[in-house]
Amino acid sequence: MTLLATKNISIGFPSRHGMFVAVKDVSFSVEPGEILGIVGESGAGKSTVGNAIISLLQPPGKVISGEVWFNSKRIDNLSVEQKRRLRGKKIGMIFQDPQTSLDPLKTIKQQLVETIDLHLRLGRKGSEKRAIELLEQVGIPDPQLRMHHYPHQFSGGMRQRVVIALALCGEPELIIADEPTTALDVSVQKQILDLMRKLCIEKNVGMILVTHDMGVIAEVTDRVAVMYNSKLMEIGDTKQILGNPQHPYTQSLISAIPRPDKRIERFPLVTYIEDVIEPQDEFDLSSHWLGQSRDFSMQVEEDGTILQVKDLCMRFQISNSIFKSKRRYLDAVKMVNFSIKEGETFGIVGESGSGKSTIARMVTGLYQPYSGAVHFLGKEISAINHTPEVLAYRRQMQMVFQDPFSSLNARMRVMDIVAEPILFHKLAASKEEAQHIVLDLLKLVGMADDAYTKYPHQFSGGQRQRISIARALATRPRFLICDEPTSALDVSVQAQILNLLKDLQQELNLTMMFISHDLPVIRQMCDRVAVMQHGQILELAETEQLFSEPQHNYSKHLLSLMPKLDMITERPITVTAQAVQG
Amino acid sequence: MANTNSNSKLRQFFAGDLWYSFVHSPVALISFMITALCLVLAFSAQVIAPFDIFDLAAIDLMDADLPPPWTSDEGDSRFILGTDDQGRDIWSGILYGAQISIFVGFSSVIISAIIGIALGLLAGYKGGRIDSFIMRVADIQLSFPAILIALLIDGVMRGLLPRELHDELAIYVLIFAISISGWVQYARTIRGSVMVEKHKEYVQAGQVIGLPQHIIALRHILPNVLSPIFVIGTIHLASAIITEATLSFLGVGMSPTTPSLGTLIRIGNEYLLSGEWWITLFPGAALVILVLSVNIFGDWLRDALNPKLQ
Repeated sequence: MTLLATKNISIGFPSRHGMFVAVKDVSFSVEPGEILGIVGESGAGKSTVGNAIISLLQPPGKVISGEVWFNSKRIDNLSVEQKRRLRGKKIGMIFQDPQTSLDPLKTIKQQLVETIDLHLRLGRKGSEKRAIELLEQVGIPDPQLRMHHYPHQFSGGMRQRVVIALALCGEPELIIADEPTTALDVSVQKQILDLMRKLCIEKNVGMILVTHDMGVIAEVTDRVAVMYNSKLMEIGDTKQILGNPQHPYTQSLISAIPRPDKRIERFPLVTYIEDVIEPQDEFDLSSHWLGQSRDFSMQVEEDGTILQVKDLCMRFQISNSIFKSKRRYLDAVKMVNFSIKEGETFGIVGESGSGKSTIARMVTGLYQPYSGAVHFLGKEISAINHTPEVLAYRRQMQMVFQDPFSSLNARMRVMDIVAEPILFHKLAASKEEAQHIVLDLLKLVGMADDAYTKYPHQFSGGQRQRISIARALATRPRFLICDEPTSALDVSVQAQILNLLKDLQQELNLTMMFISHDLPVIRQMCDRVAVMQHGQILELAETEQLFSEPQHNYSKHLLSLMPKLDMITERPITVTAQAVQG
Repeated sequence: MANTNSNSKLRQFFAGDLWYSFVHSPVALISFMITALCLVLAFSAQVIAPFDIFDLAAIDLMDADLPPPWTSDEGDSRFILGTDDQGRDIWSGILYGAQISIFVGFSSVIISAIIGIALGLLAGYKGGRIDSFIMRVADIQLSFPAILIALLIDGVMRGLLPRELHDELAIYVLIFAISISGWVQYARTIRGSVMVEKHKEYVQAGQVIGLPQHIIALRHILPNVLSPIFVIGTIHLASAIITEATLSFLGVGMSPTTPSLGTLIRIGNEYLLSGEWWITLFPGAALVILVLSVNIFGDWLRDALNPKLQ
């Protein structure tokens, strides 16, 4: 018997510009004990579908047509009160951010007991007993003791377990999980997914798992629905969709996933999503502005080393006191050594808090190291003073930031943003020349011709990241630091940006330091990789070697957590190119 | 280029959400229209006022204390809102008085804002000791009521300046006193926003490029923290007008020969008990209308610009 079915639902958000339709004619069904994945990129409407089923649409959004059936009863036309009773009791919900989906002022016990008592009417004693059972089921050790704690006393993964326990309180028949593991580290993500899988089977609960992450889909779902541009593209068995996608969008999406198992030159087919202009002209560095007047007085060392980091340490003060002994410090980076040769891509990988971004900020001079030295082109540059002498070196080193929405000044036009470093470093003789260079740079990163008069908010995340890259290139750097440049982007846009970075590196002979938490991305981009944990480099190896024969236990652990995409076969990736054109 | 640019900006503004919510909010429309009407009336006083209240030759003591003609037979049809104890026309007084009140209000808002923005930016961007120092000064100042500080400054000025000079400079002393007492709000708001903005990546990008601190602070951070200022400004404008009126009412503001709204109310106050209510009532009502409409408009602006309340 079908647990939940939507029939041609469309969801719209009326605004003064007319009705914005976020979901068009979507139909799918969920069986008991089954996990249905809804996958899509940002703006595809996948979360909206989930919210519509339990009537939690952000006002003024509403279902404009179609029906939702739950247990053979139509539920989209129920009264507000009837819908409220359904929520929590029959349909549970797990949200993305475990930080905010629990009440910080109440203990776990208060929250659980309140919810259980509301739905099951077990009384105080009974509810408490049930709460302990639930916490045990979701794998919280020592529940009798832990249930008296407040949410902030749990780690992110534990908190998400509590959220799952909370969703199970009313003994629901259907659970809607909206990006349940996006805010978690990989190691925790796997545990949570396993837990959800286990609960679905044990309790015969149906689940809708909304996510942007194909790895998560491959890991736990039975069937998957692919959404794009508010429409359902394709629905079917996970194995079949991943291994042999039919719709060109799905094919494009799957080909854009960085593969953990082997390195490919470029991501083959990523033009379906965002229109970009691929620069077709042959690029000749010696005649191009970016290659001219490079400061060749600064030479790399004889063995080709461009950057050398020696015994680098960073210490943050976390509590102040007038007494020295009472001050407390956090050692974010401990005695890190590495060197980068000209032309290579050096990767740093690690989970959040491992100190990888701190290293980038010390190398660029945003932070002053606590101790140790950074040598760039043979010169010690770790002090933050901006003397003209150091500035000339700093100019050779630029950075691409993580968040494209905050890395561009919202009040400046794209033209001014990219021209600023050129004018500041006097790299152009006149404003006209600078403008000419900016147009050229924007073309180089694949932006349309009219982009330069616009403001950053008129662009999507991927386009903003391109502008960010253009700005970094404007000082004619030889060394580019990319700090998680794609972690805020959708997978297809990520593929485009990674392609762009690869092309630029080849054309401009750039050296790159590439920081990421995402091992498959690292594999596609880097020549050598440093694995970091707790501020230390645990292993430094050639990329291929690291992936085939990891030496350190932590590296092995990280590699074992990579999502298995075995279901994605070789075939569709090569076939897709024709499939779309045809 | 510049022309087409400002044109498109204008078009953008009219297509934007702010304009839409303005046109569709009766409160905003009415309060804005009343404010605009007050401004137009006040600044065309020289043209539309029936009498020049500064012209001593035109004042006749025989006309003193006349009630409005539409309330009693004693009134004179020339003086539509009656006259004060010296025979000056109340309606003309209100027009000229409002002019002074509005001038003082706007000037002190602008000066407060400039001082506050500069100190807030400095405190927020530099942090450390400079921040602590500026903010402690702000705390100390906040512990005194604004009126008290303005009174203090006015008193000091009276002691320093000779009497004739003081009357002449009274309006500037007032503006100075009100500005000094009002900068703290601006400084605190700006400091808070700057502390948020300076950790954003676009600021770090500027640092990586190698831009000096003053360029980062002025060109990058400042434009991104200015929007709350307009809101504080409109609300502060109302309170500055009231502060001016209060100071003048207390007798330390404008002199009786160049009356502001506050001065007019004070003059009338002495006659209120002897039944001559019109001398104080009409200037008082004018003040209430002006301040209320500016305040309501400022309130609406604050909500319209705050994305959290939309």
